[in-house]
Amino acid sequence: MQVEQFYYDNRTVKNFAYATVLWGIVGMLAGLLVAIQFYLPAASFNFAPTTFGRLRPVHTNAVIFAFVGNCIFAGIYYSLQRLCKARMFSDLLSKIHFWGWQLIIVAAALTLFMGYTTGKEYAELEWPIDIAITLVWVVFGINMFGTILTRRESHLYVAIWFYIATWVTVAMLHIVNSFEIPFSPLKSYSWYAGVQDALVQWWYGHNAVAFFLTTPVLGLMYYFMPKAANRPVYSYRLSIIHFWALIFIYIWAGPHHLLYTALPDWAQSLGTVFSIMLIAPSWGGMLNGLFTLRGAWDKVREDPVLKFMVVAVTCYGMSTFEGPLLSLKNVNAISHFTDWTIAHVHIGAMGWNGFIAFGMLYWMIPRIFGTQLYSKKLATTHFWVGTMGIVLYALPLYWAGFTQAMMWKQFTEEGQLKFQFLETVTHIIPMYITRSVGGLLYVSGVFIMVYNLVKTVKSGSLVADEAAEAAPLPKVIETHGKEYWHRWIERKPVQMLVYSFILVAIGGLLELIPTFLVKSNIPTIASVKPYTPLELQGRDIYIKEGCYTCHSQMVRPFRDEVARYGEYSKAGEFVYDHPFQWGSKRTGPDLARIGGKYPDSWHYNHMFDPSTMSPGSIMPRYPWLMDAKIDTALTPAKIRAMQTLGVPYPVGYDQQANAELMAQANKIKDNLKKDKIETAADAEIVALIAYLQRVGVDIKGEQKAQVASLK
Amino acid sequence: MKFINYLESTTGVSIYGLGSFMLFFTFFVFMAIWVFKADKRLITHLSEIPFDHSDSKS
Ligand code: HEC
Repeated sequence: MQVEQFYYDNRTVKNFAYATVLWGIVGMLAGLLVAIQFYLPAASFNFAPTTFGRLRPVHTNAVIFAFVGNCIFAGIYYSLQRLCKARMFSDLLSKIHFWGWQLIIVAAALTLFMGYTTGKEYAELEWPIDIAITLVWVVFGINMFGTILTRRESHLYVAIWFYIATWVTVAMLHIVNSFEIPFSPLKSYSWYAGVQDALVQWWYGHNAVAFFLTTPVLGLMYYFMPKAANRPVYSYRLSIIHFWALIFIYIWAGPHHLLYTALPDWAQSLGTVFSIMLIAPSWGGMLNGLFTLRGAWDKVREDPVLKFMVVAVTCYGMSTFEGPLLSLKNVNAISHFTDWTIAHVHIGAMGWNGFIAFGMLYWMIPRIFGTQLYSKKLATTHFWVGTMGIVLYALPLYWAGFTQAMMWKQFTEEGQLKFQFLETVTHIIPMYITRSVGGLLYVSGVFIMVYNLVKTVKSGSLVADEAAEAAPLPKVIETHGKEYWHRWIERKPVQMLVYSFILVAIGGLLELIPTFLVKSNIPTIASVKPYTPLELQGRDIYIKEGCYTCHSQMVRPFRDEVARYGEYSKAGEFVYDHPFQWGSKRTGPDLARIGGKYPDSWHYNHMFDPSTMSPGSIMPRYPWLMDAKIDTALTPAKIRAMQTLGVPYPVGYDQQANAELMAQANKIKDNLKKDKIETAADAEIVALIAYLQRVGVDIKGEQKAQVASLK
Repeated sequence: MKFINYLESTTGVSIYGLGSFMLFFTFFVFMAIWVFKADKRLITHLSEIPFDHSDSKS
């Protein structure tokens, strides 16, 4: 048969690879600074953009979407062309995809530093960026499917299936979770409120881990691991089972992030059951990866690329075993809100994602530059430094998480809580220090890699268009044995797209719909009222400063939490919370019942310098809130947006809102004055205090009323 | 301490759980049957796609 000549595009691969390294370093350094702020709060420099609440989203977004994102694209652009024996569909689309994604990253970093955030973890980016992401994702999709449709290999290798499922699912997750009502060029409110917002958010959040950090990277594993070991994957049959079982089950597991919260019980149980089921396909995948190296362990000893991959796959196995464990209610009762979760995700991020990325870069860069890796020895050094970094990072945090949870739950014989919240924090400071040393080691390894790769690149030259040849796809496709329905799907990528979409959509819908249907059944608590305009403004400051990165607003129904914080949280309390602010980590205490706990002046002084009110506090200072002015120009638009979302402000309220805002602000101002604090009524701190004093009091009032009527 | 069931009025919520499990299970069984019955030569061919010799470099 006539063979055709064509060229693989290596330039786009190179660009994505460089971006991977660059953003990886940025994201990891941001992470390092965040880690240092745990024991050195002054490292926030009393500067809004570098405080924990803003920097942490920069870190998570940079690592997930910039570092791992670019790594996935580099790997897909490299492997897809070779698996399809075709150049990427369109050079122009490749370019738009690459530059579009980098622009999104820059815009994301700038807006997050400036405090523009939706307040929903891992989906913090505001609406214009959400739209840009959708567009670039579509460009990527067209480019990928174009390549698949014009391929010269009749079969789709399993890695491509993972890429397709990734594309479809991420598109769906991103769109569903990003429904929001804009009220200014850079700000919006989440479409959903309270319990529903939480459910959608964690359905998204969990599946972002599944379909952004796992499935595409498994695709990379199924391509690069056999390539690096120079032998086919251990069991191709297993890989098919791995694929279908994984995408089908993953989509259901989201509610395990909300155990013991005000989320309905059945949804919690569903999340747990499916999480346990996930062990099977995940371990199938891990074993498939490891067994690929059966009888080739001597190679692993010599080849740093394989070393990275072995540890990566092992970490994948560890975190996918731990994940289901953490979904068991009794384990979750201890782990949730502590550093245990942070340790867990870093096994995944540093071990699995990071090490696959490094292994892939060490293997791929020399090949697209037509040369050899500059130094295997340095790469091996990087491997050991990185591995030590992971261990030093994770172990102290597991310990910290467990210790702190135990301290939270301890009572004295008289039935009093044994430890103040802050005591449980200062107790684990040494673990925080060790963790940051681990992080430092890990980034240092990356710098060793940069040196090694720069030397490698200098010793070769980019083969921008790599010549290849292959026969075109025959009109009539030969068959091996009998045709089966699965083969029919697998040969037809468009069907494949449709079927995987149907699968994940069914999972998603079945999980979400009931909660929406029963909207009316979330018991409305008569005493829960919409926020006043000033409180609403204050709530937006709370979101802007990222207080949710350290504070939860969700008291779980445990003896210790009720004793420490107050009455446990009810679903009906959050019906006006667009977005919900339950949080996922308690570096500071829960704030669900903070309203009325302290006088206004306490908050004023605490926000100015937390250590004056709570000696030894690691909460950052917020001195700028004393000077910055509330953006009252936006009040009417905010009220109208809330009205659109169904919050029952009276008609025309948007025009009266600012007058009421100032009246309430003046009261707080006078109140502060009694305690000898001078402030402008329209200072941001005033709005924040108004909000803090409101959180959780609606229901307190109701209980007092009930008690009174009982008497 | 347990939450009161907020979904009391939506009877039969468990049908979602049951239905989806059946769906998954059926799909899984069919897929597994295919996987084990599939022709060995096909499977070998598939697993060797990354190594095709017209690849310019291995
Ligand atoms: C780096 C993590 C961190 C961030 C970010 C953070 N806090 Fe805190 N917060 C703490 C810690 C730790 C404590 C406990 C020690 C103390 O009282 O200062 C605390 C305590 C508090 C308390 C007292 C709670 C009580 O019941 O005693 C309030 C109120 C509070 N924070 C509000 C805020 C607000 C509002 C923001 C955002 C502007 C914020 N915090 C951001 C860590 C943080």
